Amino acid sequence: MSEHIVPVKTYLAVFVSLILLTALTTWVAYIDLGPFNTVAALVIAVTKMLLVVLFFMHVKYSSGMTKIVIIAGVFWLAILITLTMADEMTRVWTPDPGPWSSPSVLLPFVSRLL
Amino acid sequence: MSTAVVEPQHVPSGSQVNYLNATYGIKSWLLTTDHKRIALLYLASITLMFFVGGTAAVLMRLHLIEPQGALVQPETYNKLFSIHGIVMVFFFLVPSIPATLGNFLVPLMIGARDLAFPRINLLSWYIYITGALLVLYAILTGGVDTGWTFYTPYSSTYSHTHVIAAALGVFITGFSSILTGLNFIVTIHKMRAPGMTWFRMPLFLWAMYATSVIFILGTPVIAITIFLLGLERILHVGIFDPAIGGDPLLFQHLFWFYSHPAVYIMILPGMGVISELVTCFSKKRIFGYSFVAFSSMAIAVISFVVWGHHMFVTGQSIYTGLVFSVLSFLVAIPSAVKVFNWTATLYKGSISYDAPMLYALGFIGLFTMGGLTGLFLASLATDVHLNGTYFIVAHFHYIMVGGAVMAYLGGIHFWWPKITGRLYPDLWARIAAVIIFFGFNLTFFPQFMLGYLGMPRRYAVYPAEFQVLNVMSSAGASILGIGYLIPLIYLIWSMRYGPIAGPNPWGAKGLEWQTPSPPPTENFEEIPVVTEEPYNYPGTEVPVRG
Amino acid sequence: MAAHSRLHDPHAAEVAHQFEDPEQQREADSLGMWTFLVTEIMFFGALFAAYVIYRSLYPAAFETGSHLLEVKFGATNTAVLICSSLTMVLAIYCAQTGKSKSAIITFLVLTMLLGAAFIGIKLHFEWFHDYSEGLVPGINFNLAKYGSGVELFMVFYFFMTGLHALHMVIGLGILTVLVVMTARGRFSPRYYAPLDISGLYWHFVDIIWIFLFPLLYLIGGRYTHGGH
Repeated sequence: MSEHIVPVKTYLAVFVSLILLTALTTWVAYIDLGPFNTVAALVIAVTKMLLVVLFFMHVKYSSGMTKIVIIAGVFWLAILITLTMADEMTRVWTPDPGPWSSPSVLLPFVSRLL
Repeated sequence: MSTAVVEPQHVPSGSQVNYLNATYGIKSWLLTTDHKRIALLYLASITLMFFVGGTAAVLMRLHLIEPQGALVQPETYNKLFSIHGIVMVFFFLVPSIPATLGNFLVPLMIGARDLAFPRINLLSWYIYITGALLVLYAILTGGVDTGWTFYTPYSSTYSHTHVIAAALGVFITGFSSILTGLNFIVTIHKMRAPGMTWFRMPLFLWAMYATSVIFILGTPVIAITIFLLGLERILHVGIFDPAIGGDPLLFQHLFWFYSHPAVYIMILPGMGVISELVTCFSKKRIFGYSFVAFSSMAIAVISFVVWGHHMFVTGQSIYTGLVFSVLSFLVAIPSAVKVFNWTATLYKGSISYDAPMLYALGFIGLFTMGGLTGLFLASLATDVHLNGTYFIVAHFHYIMVGGAVMAYLGGIHFWWPKITGRLYPDLWARIAAVIIFFGFNLTFFPQFMLGYLGMPRRYAVYPAEFQVLNVMSSAGASILGIGYLIPLIYLIWSMRYGPIAGPNPWGAKGLEWQTPSPPPTENFEEIPVVTEEPYNYPGTEVPVRG
Repeated sequence: MAAHSRLHDPHAAEVAHQFEDPEQQREADSLGMWTFLVTEIMFFGALFAAYVIYRSLYPAAFETGSHLLEVKFGATNTAVLICSSLTMVLAIYCAQTGKSKSAIITFLVLTMLLGAAFIGIKLHFEWFHDYSEGLVPGINFNLAKYGSGVELFMVFYFFMTGLHALHMVIGLGILTVLVVMTARGRFSPRYYAPLDISGLYWHFVDIIWIFLFPLLYLIGGRYTHGGH
């Protein structure tokens, strides 16, 4: 938030862009892009968010502190999602442990050390 | 003898009008926006909750005198440890220093007349009370037995206790923390007195700031988690219930994303208090100011990427476990930095053993022990053996009780003259500190041994060979309980009968000591201008930084 | 929030007692609102995180559930909210440039009407319709017809859009307060902070919807169905 007054033209340009991007994301959903449908939707959503944040919320004209605060919030959410997904996605990589009697994979190496 | 100075100093204390007597009547307290009065409202409430949680602990320790349980049914025992955990974590430890000492001191230390948003401050207290009443209702109508961790699917599907009431109480109180954190962040950023740069702030403020960052970023997540738990309990749709396709580990991820940083919420303010105590009672500038300041921020940041160490044995991916283990070792480093710096501050200082200093010295030793034992738990292989045992219980009690509670008591004693305008009886204070230290160690050191030997936690019965250690622990708990009652008595007594304190009975540095004791409602006649570095005790001054 | 609470003290000077000057107050209010929005990012974010996990675990069920929602209402509502963000910034622009009280109030009321339209479309065309189709978990969900995976999707759908709608309703309350304050002549080019920070809140709620729309309505694309 600052004393900088954004001209109405800028607001209208941003508004039109947002409406067009909404139409775009709706239109793209009806085209088969496979997994890229999700990518496209997210890219468009992030673009719309940036337009709102930078112009409607005046962050383009705000102090560095404001920008740091926003980036911190988004970054922390990314930590939550990334590390949780890391667990969810890699759980299946480890086979179920067998009983103690089955030979260890490492046994050949260990016996060579001794 | 106490080193406290009784005569007034150059700050005029002729006017007897202060924040305590400026206005009278219950409405002037319940509708106050004065941060100092709100701090006292919190002080009363959390003291009450401390004794509620403490009662549960006493009952547990009495029960555990006998291997087959001496006091209650196993179902009741489960409720006792759950109530103890929920009340102590969410209603005592999390708000303790921030909402009492923080609320009281942040504007004073920073040279402001109040926090940035005084009405939001009052709102935060009412939110706290609402949550506390809900949890008390849950306790009185039958309790909850899920543990303070509310693990699913037990809490969502199988428990027949008042899960929703208790969880709702925690949910509501979370917003109290968020508002406090928000207030502190804005106040520290925008309301510092002229001349008070970031690096001239007392380290207590750095600690409050770091704590507030955690409040802001972590608490909303547990709010949603509890909400989802409530939804699952009502709707049974498989959010967390594996029988219907849910993932119980998702609950744990979301829960611990907040609850691990929460333990740093509980200790960081205590570390801030210790920095203030160690400097004042060594009459020496803190060693390595920037290191201590930055380590508070480092703890706040790194604390958010270690939560998986609570889930090493619950089915988490081993690869993620590796990552969390390494990061957990990393988070120990800034805490160690602080301990080194406090110790270096003590070195060649002019040490006096007043009660606050006794608590501070106890903190340094006990926190170090608690912290070191955390490393055994951060290490995947040893955690497999130690998880779910009394080793963990001892580890976190060394930090939370040996650390945080002792820092809290040290701070209460240190700033008591400022808050009340009275001195407490010095001899009783030192006796109580020693009793608490002794009782604490007798209670919790045997628990390290019990855990290592394999006694599981949260069990109402145990094998007979563990009885001796359990009895020792219970004996210690009795002593500790008495130790906590003593300050309650003499502190209340001192409010009426204690000698009048001057503005700076300890001869400490800091803006809060430049106002009368107790301060007037507006804190300062004129907003002070800061011209020197913090902790400029005679003989240890540093030149003004550029 | 500061804007809301100051209304209850009509004799408040423009600078509250804890601040030294209007500039400090304005900066504090702004940082306070941004810090609050960060808590909202984490609040909604936790829901988004849980949603992401379950969508990756049950992609087919989530796609089925998503196709039960009507894109035209979601898209219309997105446009409605974007319009309301425009009217909100225009209201602030009017205050900044000293336009008349009625100009500001006009834009504020337009914002409110658009917000109310959003809620109306949601309630009447979407939720009520979902109710009549047996899609509301805990109330009348038709488990035999749709399965538990779709039920989980619907839990997220109703919770996320419901929480969003709650924030919109609170926003409408804040806008009402702002209309009253404007009518009382509280704002001028020198002082319009409550409008500014309330605008931040309103835009944030808009941004949440900007993500909810594709994530809930457009999962897996709509190319397998005809135009909707």
